[in-house]
Amino acid sequence: MENTLQVVPQNWYLLLSTFLFCIGVMGVLFRRNAIIILMCVELMLNSVNLLLVAFSAYRGNNDGQVFVFFIMVVAAAEVAVGLALLMSIYRNVASTDIDVLSKLKW
Amino acid sequence: MNDIQIQDSLLITPALLVPLLPLIGFLINGLLGKFLPKAITGWIGTLAVLASFVCSVYIFNNLASTQSVNIDLFNWIAFSNINIGFGFLIDPLTVTMLLVVTGIGTLIHLYSIGYMHDDEGITRFFTYLNLFIFFMLLLVMGSNYLVMFIGWEGVGLCSYLLIGFWFKNNAYNNAAKKAFVMNRIGDLGFLLGMFFMLFYFGSLDFGTVAQQAQTLAPDSTLLVAITMLLFVGAMGKSAQLPLYTWLPDAMAGPTPVSALIHAATMVTAGIYMVVRSNILFALSPTTLTFILIIGVATSVFAAVIGLLQNDIKKVLAYSTVSQLGLMFAALGLGAFSSGMFHVLTHAFFKAMLFLGAGSVIHALHGEQDIRKMGGLRKLIPVTYITFFICSLAISGFPFLSGFFSKDEILAHAFEQNKTVWIILSASSFLTAFYMFRLVYLTFSGTFRGTDETKKHIHESPLTMTVPLVILTILATLGGLLGLPEVMSHTHKFGEYLSSVTGASAQYLHPHEKVSHTMEIVLMGIAGVGAIVMIALAWFKYVKKAEQPANDQELKGLSKVIANKFYVDEIYDVVVVKPITILSDLFLVLVDKLFIDLIVNATAWVVATTGKTVRLIQTGNTGLYIFAMVIGMMVLFVIRMFI
Repeated sequence: MENTLQVVPQNWYLLLSTFLFCIGVMGVLFRRNAIIILMCVELMLNSVNLLLVAFSAYRGNNDGQVFVFFIMVVAAAEVAVGLALLMSIYRNVASTDIDVLSKLKW
Repeated sequence: MNDIQIQDSLLITPALLVPLLPLIGFLINGLLGKFLPKAITGWIGTLAVLASFVCSVYIFNNLASTQSVNIDLFNWIAFSNINIGFGFLIDPLTVTMLLVVTGIGTLIHLYSIGYMHDDEGITRFFTYLNLFIFFMLLLVMGSNYLVMFIGWEGVGLCSYLLIGFWFKNNAYNNAAKKAFVMNRIGDLGFLLGMFFMLFYFGSLDFGTVAQQAQTLAPDSTLLVAITMLLFVGAMGKSAQLPLYTWLPDAMAGPTPVSALIHAATMVTAGIYMVVRSNILFALSPTTLTFILIIGVATSVFAAVIGLLQNDIKKVLAYSTVSQLGLMFAALGLGAFSSGMFHVLTHAFFKAMLFLGAGSVIHALHGEQDIRKMGGLRKLIPVTYITFFICSLAISGFPFLSGFFSKDEILAHAFEQNKTVWIILSASSFLTAFYMFRLVYLTFSGTFRGTDETKKHIHESPLTMTVPLVILTILATLGGLLGLPEVMSHTHKFGEYLSSVTGASAQYLHPHEKVSHTMEIVLMGIAGVGAIVMIALAWFKYVKKAEQPANDQELKGLSKVIANKFYVDEIYDVVVVKPITILSDLFLVLVDKLFIDLIVNATAWVVATTGKTVRLIQTGNTGLYIFAMVIGMMVLFVIRMFI
């Protein structure tokens, strides 16, 4: 019996995930705003989550979908920490531009 | 049979207490000494050894002379076919040594309370002294060679610590190091001997080794090798030629240490070891001959050096080396119990002589040069009388202990080899001369030191004089334990040890025993010779009141003798200098040129790489992320194609 997820062909999931992942990578590489970079990282993470859910549905093994819940919980915690860091950076330098933060070097 | 069984188990507790009590004393003084008043620490140390002595006496009273008790405590080393236990063996030989070590140890501890009373390190002193007694007891009680070896190394350590007791003086530290290194050379021999035994006999147990040895042919290479190596160990510990030079230098330690370690107990460990392995040695006549030669040579050599020494303790030190040579000569002749008998009597009078010398030094506030003494007879009478009697004893004055023990050895020498007898007699006469040279220069005539010193001369306190008197009584009467056959139908001491030394008798070269008439003649010669030499010393140093010359005035042979035949200098040139030169060479060639180069080059490469690579770290986050992504892509590509 096909489930709802299998209405869409598997390749489309693959393409969508790859597309989302690449958007994430590009965002991380070319944007200067730390908040956007953080969002792009989340995007990359979630593109992988999507793939995990899709594969899990097609293989008929629910482990992947359960796994995704854990990843989301951890990601939420990680975002909280990341945003907190950004807050304190902003308080110090009144900017979220990562090019300003170049003091930590030799 | 049942009787002995019960007695065996009754002896275990006291036997364990014997080494345990000094160990407890050591722990109390060593760990808690800081919190105890200084006056108490000495008494703690003394009581620990005294209690140990009481246990020893109990064992002595309850151990039949044919009995030997084996106490196996635990299995120590066990792998494949090697089994080495940790245990004690109590037999008449052990008991003899126990009584000497704890008995004389107690007296010397008591003496030290007085001698060291104003030393700031008195707690440390008694800690070391107790530790020494513990190790010495381990040495004589061990039931196999390995336990003996622990004690052997332990007493070496304590000897090192006590020679360098006043460690602020660099010369003393050097003396301590010298003693340690010299002993190490001997210990290597002992260790190799043990390896041989373990390899060929599969055991280090005294009984098993002796049993296994008896299955071999007499004088077989293996036995000779083992006994030679063991004897090398004994040469180091008991200061025989050519490893004796540490003992005279060891006089740097406090005088009670010289008396206990470097006269009465530790230096006799080598003799104890040979007697303990008497079956092995009896089965290797080649080694016995070698021991005889070394013993005789040492005896004369040291006695000659003793003739012209001016330091009161150095004279006694050379005298000790000479007497140890005499004991080894006895062992070389196969007269094991006679050697032990001389160990016993020598322990009495030599310990007392050292303590007496300590009393003199104490009275003179540290003066050790006999050229600055003289006329002390009236000022410190107790020390004088005891010192005089013990000098008579060591010289072999008739009917004192030294007379009987020396005479026994000389009689054995006469039976087997007349040349040895002549040389040993000569050495014995020299002993009489230099001892009385010492006595007369110290106690007779007029005082040659400063008036200031003379004013402060005082007799030592009771804690010091009581041990002197007790030891003198022992030195006087000790000979009665071993009266020769002429005077008493049994040789008490020889009988007592016969269960240990008797087993080897069948392997020794048989020889005629001297007749009773001859024995009396020999005793007469020894006695008259000693008296003549004493008279000669009296004539030279009292009648003619000669003074030893100053070092610069000496010429010819006497200069060579006074400088100890330049042995130290020869060793310096032959051994020490080449090693120093070789080390310097290695320092330049290997260390500086080679090893330093590798180390420095490594450091240089790391530093330069770091300097270059750190420039990549710009602090620009974007760049880092870019690098990360590129890196990941490279990894993916690699993964895809490989």
